[in-house]
Amino acid sequence: MSLSNPLPFKQRVEQGLNDPFLRQSLKNAQARFREGKQRAAQILGNLEEWRTRAEAIRHHTIEHLDYYLDQFATNVENNGGTVFFAETEQEAVDYLIRLAKAKQAKTVIKSKSMVSEETHVNKRLEEIGVEAIESDLGEYIIQLAKEMPSHIIAPAIHKNRRQIAQLFAEVAGKELPEDTSALTRFARHQLRDKFLNADIGISGCNFAVAETGSIVLVSNEGNARLTTTLPKTHVVMMGMERIVPTWEDLDAVLSLLPRSATGQKITSYVTALTGPRRENDQDGPEEMHVIIVDNGRSNALGTEYQSILHCIRCGACLNVCPVYRHIGGHAYGGVYTGPVGAVLTPILEGFDEWEELPYASSLCGACTETCPVKIPLHDMLIDLRRDEVDEKRSPGVERFIFRLFGTAMNNPALYRLGLKMAKHLLKPFADDEGFLNKGPGPLKAWTEERDFPAPAKESFREWWQRAGRYGGDPDGR
Amino acid sequence: MRVSLFITCLSDCFFPRVGQAVVHLLRRHGCEVDFPLEQVCCGQPAYNSGYHEEARTAAKQLIRAFKNAQYVVSPSGSCAAMIRHYYPTLFAADDEWRDKAQQFADKVYEFSQFMVNILKVSSVDACYEGRATYHHSCHMMRGLGVSGEPLRLLQSIKGLEVVDLPYHQDCCGFGGTFAVKMKEISEQMVDEKVEHILATQANILVGSDMACLMNIQGRLRRLGYPVQVFHVAELLYEGVQRYESLQSSAI
Ligand code: SF4
Repeated sequence: MSLSNPLPFKQRVEQGLNDPFLRQSLKNAQARFREGKQRAAQILGNLEEWRTRAEAIRHHTIEHLDYYLDQFATNVENNGGTVFFAETEQEAVDYLIRLAKAKQAKTVIKSKSMVSEETHVNKRLEEIGVEAIESDLGEYIIQLAKEMPSHIIAPAIHKNRRQIAQLFAEVAGKELPEDTSALTRFARHQLRDKFLNADIGISGCNFAVAETGSIVLVSNEGNARLTTTLPKTHVVMMGMERIVPTWEDLDAVLSLLPRSATGQKITSYVTALTGPRRENDQDGPEEMHVIIVDNGRSNALGTEYQSILHCIRCGACLNVCPVYRHIGGHAYGGVYTGPVGAVLTPILEGFDEWEELPYASSLCGACTETCPVKIPLHDMLIDLRRDEVDEKRSPGVERFIFRLFGTAMNNPALYRLGLKMAKHLLKPFADDEGFLNKGPGPLKAWTEERDFPAPAKESFREWWQRAGRYGGDPDGR
Repeated sequence: MRVSLFITCLSDCFFPRVGQAVVHLLRRHGCEVDFPLEQVCCGQPAYNSGYHEEARTAAKQLIRAFKNAQYVVSPSGSCAAMIRHYYPTLFAADDEWRDKAQQFADKVYEFSQFMVNILKVSSVDACYEGRATYHHSCHMMRGLGVSGEPLRLLQSIKGLEVVDLPYHQDCCGFGGTFAVKMKEISEQMVDEKVEHILATQANILVGSDMACLMNIQGRLRRLGYPVQVFHVAELLYEGVQRYESLQSSAI
């Protein structure tokens, strides 16, 4: 279990909903990202073709994941790197800890890696007295705030300039201007020393190219380059699904990633690394360790959820999700937020802590529509609900109601009777205009904030039998 | 052309005028309309909540009720999408029902989709004074891929000004049981929708799915905003009647 936000779901949602600043900034960010994506799609012109191709590549890769993982690992080793396959979070971190001890590491510099977040690397390093510093501006901010990322590509999206200035002021021990460039300058200054003195650099991996054993990092800040070249030891932590077979395939998915994420054609830095420093190289680490993490991913293999492993972590589904916009990333509780988090987290970790997540969606399908690799996210949410129902996790009352529903559907006479009864039962609650503003039973939740229509005096069915089939009333009805 | 109506449980019980408008409009355009009395709910509430066995029961009954139909027309985009998309998957593992489900799915159309694409009617003789905006329901727009058709019909109404709804691609927050299960989130979503509607200064809201309209209308009423809410068929038929009475009074 690696529940990251200890509050129960309802309270996490409440926290999000009651944070006007958070909601405003998410609204602004969504507007910006959506516009960017639209523009990028227009420039690309044939977005659908790109999506189809990217999906095909991802599908092929995941179908043959064994083969490509093997090819990738062999090539990393041929390049002089070391590969470790970690089945669990524990195995991944244990490997890292062993390495840190062997290197007598005091500090570790990191460049954004969701997997290290997933496996709680910082905490574990801290426990053995190793300082881990996030070098990505957003990650650095939330590290200071002792929080978790709330967006895949913009982890500190929920913080405003004032909050950031305050966090930095604590480090600086003096007031700092609330000005973006001053704050960035401060962070850069802080991090410079850390880069130079770090014993180990830990990075994530956006894509791993099997044919050459290379890893590819995408960033806008250049910190990934420093993280992976300055320290003597470089550790890559990657989910086992990050593979693409060839450089040509990389081109397709890499073209979609920034376009889907922020609307950029390409990010400021795209770094490809193939093994550690070679004999005549000017710089680069002496050792490169690649930790390939399963941590629940294989739960999806061979199931109807397999295509969730196609995800390229672009965050586009978050950027269009109205639920995410209102509750924010922390409400999802896990490392992965928004629609992809609602699907992925229960698959990785099981339902026990995550029963509510599949219901945190109105099933509007905006996520599915936008996903560059065509993952049917909202359909998966329905299937996860089905799994929960099958495991008898849904509330007893609900099961009872749907059992009744099933019985009535099998018997049209009973169904008709049900509709009639509803009419008579609800009548006393209706006002003059035919609306209920205080409904009984299950309608109570609805009518707390919304009126509910009373059933019509004459149902369509009754009208049809009386007049409709003969052409309707003379007045047209 | 013979058309069988799938009126949906919601319209049957709460909004019979929508069904009536559909009947009259289809007849005006030369269809012979029937209403199989053995029809039930499409099963969407059960399906979306994860009760797939119960959804299958409903689907089977609906398939039986419409087995002789040539075309099936429904005034709900989401129910039509349910049948078109999920019926075949519901029976993917059932040799006996898979084909039946597919055949049924192929016959089902949402009202405006049928009017425009099958009957080739994109303009009706109708008039209605007002400023209207249109809410695209998610399941109709994304699930069924129908969005331009109802707008074309609306734009043919004389005297009606149709204005774009900002952020029209955003969900109204209904989502079936979502509206009560995740009531707080749903409320925020419908409030945002209301805000966008008010920004258009329209006095009429039109849609093609009574479930979403029920949600938005319920909130509009509670907040006291005098925006009239219509199903597209209802407004069209209202407009047709007005047009006709104008014609006859002109003679
Ligand atoms: S699920 Fe799709 S849209 Fe969401 S982050 Fe993954 S690739 Fe991007």
